[in-house]
Amino acid sequence: MATKVLDITKEHCPMTFVKTKIELSKLNEGDILEVLLAEGEPLDNVPRNAKEQGYNVLSVEHVEGTTHRVTIKK
Amino acid sequence: MMEQTNATTPLVPRRGAGGEAPKKLSIIAFSGDFDKLTAVFTLGTGAAAVGYEVNIFFTFWGLDAIKRKQGRSFTGGNWLTKIFGFMMGGLKVTPTSRFNFLGAGPKIFRYLMKKNNVATLEELVEAAKALGINLYACEMAMHVLGLTKDDFIPEVKDVLGVASFLNLSDGGQTLFI
Repeated sequence: MATKVLDITKEHCPMTFVKTKIELSKLNEGDILEVLLAEGEPLDNVPRNAKEQGYNVLSVEHVEGTTHRVTIKK
Repeated sequence: MMEQTNATTPLVPRRGAGGEAPKKLSIIAFSGDFDKLTAVFTLGTGAAAVGYEVNIFFTFWGLDAIKRKQGRSFTGGNWLTKIFGFMMGGLKVTPTSRFNFLGAGPKIFRYLMKKNNVATLEELVEAAKALGINLYACEMAMHVLGLTKDDFIPEVKDVLGVASFLNLSDGGQTLFI
């Protein structure tokens, strides 16, 4: 079981969820993706979209400033 | 660079993996303008990333976006279509619909987009390929402009007419840009 980190704090729509989706597609079942993202649109949408597409969102944590970490299991 | 995959295979289970039909967005890309093509690919990649099935049907000026040769080249069958092909060009020479400034406009927009970490048109096209968005070319417009499927990037899935596009887009949302 591997863990991959994806930093999309500097990305904007639609690349925030486009990059998340492409990274998730590269993982094997059971792997973890840690997504670092900014609050606002990415924080509102990335965890919700992951859940809607059948992934397991394990946690959403505040890191520092406006940065949050969303942990997703494939 | 983003990974390229077979356009016919969705990367991950789409919304609807439970059995219900996936949501669907079909876009008619008529314009060959840099800004309007940016809108086409922003909407398309965004929709694909949230689980939509996405079809983009390129017609007329929009065909410039999927040409294999992204600069200016004499595509076409006779002298007239070859001149048209050269004047229309490909993705890298698309003009903006406003503020084109004889071709400086798209360069300025690309600079502004990069500076502000917003995906450029080329990055969006690569993302569309990686997401397995279905790209189609219009048979009629290709015929008028003397273009063949070999003039397009290999990710173009098929050459279609109106009836096939209507069939593909049935049951989803359709946009004309």
